[in-house]
Amino acid sequence: MNSGITAANGTIENPVILEMKGIDKRFQGVHALKKSHLELRKGEIHALVGENGAGKSTMMKVLTGIYQADEGEIIYNGEKVHFKNPKDAQTAGIAIVHQELNLMNHLTAAQNIFIGREGNSFFVTDDEINVKTRRLFERFKMKIDPTEKVGNLTVGKQQMVEIVKAISFDAKILILDEPTAALTKSEIVELFDVMNDLKAHGVTMIYISHRMDEIQTISDRITIMRDGEYVKTLVTKETNLDEIIKAMVGRVIYIEPKTGSNIPDSAPVVLEVRGLTSRDVHDVSFDLRKGEILGFAGLMGAGRTETARLIFGADPIDSGEIYKDGKKLKIKAPVDAVRAGIGYLSEDRKRFGLAVDLSVSDNTVLADLENFTRKGFIDDRKVRETCETYVQKINIKTPSISQLIRNLSGGNQQKVIVAKWIVRNCDVLIFDEPTRGIDVGAKSEIYKLMTLLAEEGKSIIMISSELQEILRMSDRVACMCEGRITKILNIEDASQEIIMKYATRRN
Amino acid sequence: MENLKRKFDLQQILAPAALVILYIFFCLFGKNFFSTGTLVSILDSTYYVGFMAFGITFIIITGGIDLSIGTNMMMSALIGGYLYTKGVNIWLVLGIVVLLATIVGWINGIFVAKLKLPPFIATLGTMMMTQGFGAIMTKVQTQRFPSGFDVDGLYKQIFYKTGDGFPSGIIYMLVFFVVAWVLLTKTRFGRYAYAIGSNEESVRLSGVNVSFWKIAVYTVCGFFCGLAAIVYAATYTTIIPGTGNGLEMNAIAAVIIGGTSMSGGIGTMSGTLIGAFLMSVLKTGLMSMGLQGHFQTFFTGLVVILAVLLDIYRTKKANAVRKD
Repeated sequence: MNSGITAANGTIENPVILEMKGIDKRFQGVHALKKSHLELRKGEIHALVGENGAGKSTMMKVLTGIYQADEGEIIYNGEKVHFKNPKDAQTAGIAIVHQELNLMNHLTAAQNIFIGREGNSFFVTDDEINVKTRRLFERFKMKIDPTEKVGNLTVGKQQMVEIVKAISFDAKILILDEPTAALTKSEIVELFDVMNDLKAHGVTMIYISHRMDEIQTISDRITIMRDGEYVKTLVTKETNLDEIIKAMVGRVIYIEPKTGSNIPDSAPVVLEVRGLTSRDVHDVSFDLRKGEILGFAGLMGAGRTETARLIFGADPIDSGEIYKDGKKLKIKAPVDAVRAGIGYLSEDRKRFGLAVDLSVSDNTVLADLENFTRKGFIDDRKVRETCETYVQKINIKTPSISQLIRNLSGGNQQKVIVAKWIVRNCDVLIFDEPTRGIDVGAKSEIYKLMTLLAEEGKSIIMISSELQEILRMSDRVACMCEGRITKILNIEDASQEIIMKYATRRN
Repeated sequence: MENLKRKFDLQQILAPAALVILYIFFCLFGKNFFSTGTLVSILDSTYYVGFMAFGITFIIITGGIDLSIGTNMMMSALIGGYLYTKGVNIWLVLGIVVLLATIVGWINGIFVAKLKLPPFIATLGTMMMTQGFGAIMTKVQTQRFPSGFDVDGLYKQIFYKTGDGFPSGIIYMLVFFVVAWVLLTKTRFGRYAYAIGSNEESVRLSGVNVSFWKIAVYTVCGFFCGLAAIVYAATYTTIIPGTGNGLEMNAIAAVIIGGTSMSGGIGTMSGTLIGAFLMSVLKTGLMSMGLQGHFQTFFTGLVVILAVLLDIYRTKKANAVRKD
């Protein structure tokens, strides 16, 4: 992250604008917040970090009136306040930009920003709000047409619309929940420019993110939460990554890059892709060897997921060939890919990877049900035995195999999907952002699992936006940019800088 | 982006184009189709479907549905007819008809917005309830509104046809088309309808009283059912208890043919108007070709499928462009 933004100066001396003291919250037996604490100083960018389930979101929902705290108080501008609903908080100048964008795709940017504020007249026109919106966009140097339907904007631009919407309420405190999750590098730089601009205007921001480099770039202070509890607040300039991560997980984690690969050049090629082309993918060719982890690096929109979806048959291929174990495949739909032994683990687990309302065991055998039936009936014992084997083998943490998958943590859900594909005899596994939205501890479990799979002779394509992850896991790294593979690096030759160079190379 | 806009415009003229083509087709191949008489009968059969379709357009744009519109219209007309035979003034009767239908709409709104019933279930319930209630109130007797020759027949001349055969109903319908169009495009009511259909949670988080506006949407739909009941009574004079069931599907079909998306957020009132006409042309046209009732039903179904396929195709295209 080299966006040329300098860190905070002097803001930590500013007066306290908001204090959340002894906030306690329970949900049906789950103790989500335990006497938690947060202090904001005027005009600072305050990062809020913690593993998933640390209570960051709950804390923010209490602050914005979505939840009511069971105990504790909020002191805002020196006065005790109580927000009964989001509107109360909004009126008081506390606005939130949610991780899942809350926009109305069929309405224009201006209509989105001023929804609910059309005035008391029954009739509405867009003239006035278009002018107002244009002025706001100009203030932040955003090139967005106020009359464009939001659904036609890129995710980055949609985010900007959300931020402008929050600002337009004259927000004093702006909460940004994982704002960069779906943004490209250049969009992140743009976002940070906007944030710094807001800061200069005296807006206080709470910045929730998993991305440490961004936190170190943009924040003034960092509050760390763990298991619903306040851990500590650090001044960004005076701390380092190890200290933050240590406070988050209570232990030091080092991410060490792989130094070399054990895969000999003579290892058999399992998957051979030649000249794969579609609307978003141009002439992509590569080989995948037995037991290899091939990392796919690139920026958002580089065509990595699109490539994976072509191989898996989820999108139509315009031209190009795919060979598996030397045999040419005709992949028209996912079912063809699965038959050929290719499994795909989507980045969006809930939408594409899992049947969330089914149990662990049901999900495990879902892709291979025909092998678990006898005379048309499901063989429960076989299902149970297989499932239990995998629960043990890849260490799925679940109270029982009949537990509903929605109740598992992200990391364990991921493992169930892996089990599903192994049960189905897939020997080529495509992991698309396998650790997105997974906390640090579960991440290393997933890494271990992938290493284990590779050692067993499975071949893995791993798409990741985290360079550290790419460097740690891959035997080779395919760098993509704008739908093309710009370079395939051996791990010995790869570094963050080199990968970045190829990932931004325009051919 | 320019490309997308052009495609979108093309889609917008598709329904009107289909209407014109269909009309020309029947003029060429239908028996005596090209005549003022046919045109008038096309208008006649558009009225009540049109009014219901205007009303339900609002609801479908919010992402909801109302299955009770047909039976609501019939029930209101039935009770109106009953009151008329009991000697209530015809103009007062018409007022009560609209009021009754509006109340049913409001009840639907309460069920959906306050009690959080899924619209399909809530209005399935009120569909059956209104059908039953109309029959109970009238003791399952067929009700008659005054005919054109009656002293009270003036209403027929206003809402249906003048003495010399001018289809005054079209004026009545177009006036309320404009009302519906203004409501949808120029008011907060319409803005929130689109917004709720786009992303209800987002609207709620923006501090808009979503349940109030949703109730308003269902109530307005009920009001339009009341207007439909008037024109139905004016057109057919005789109201039979226990009917109305299935008419909602004609209205919903018109809305869908007009390009309103069942998933909410997208739709126009002009599309609905054209959809309603298209269905009448189809109905009258098939009749002129000697194809009766069941053919109409069959072809209407076919057109609905085609319209929805088109909608899916259009959404797919729009999404494909958006990804860039």
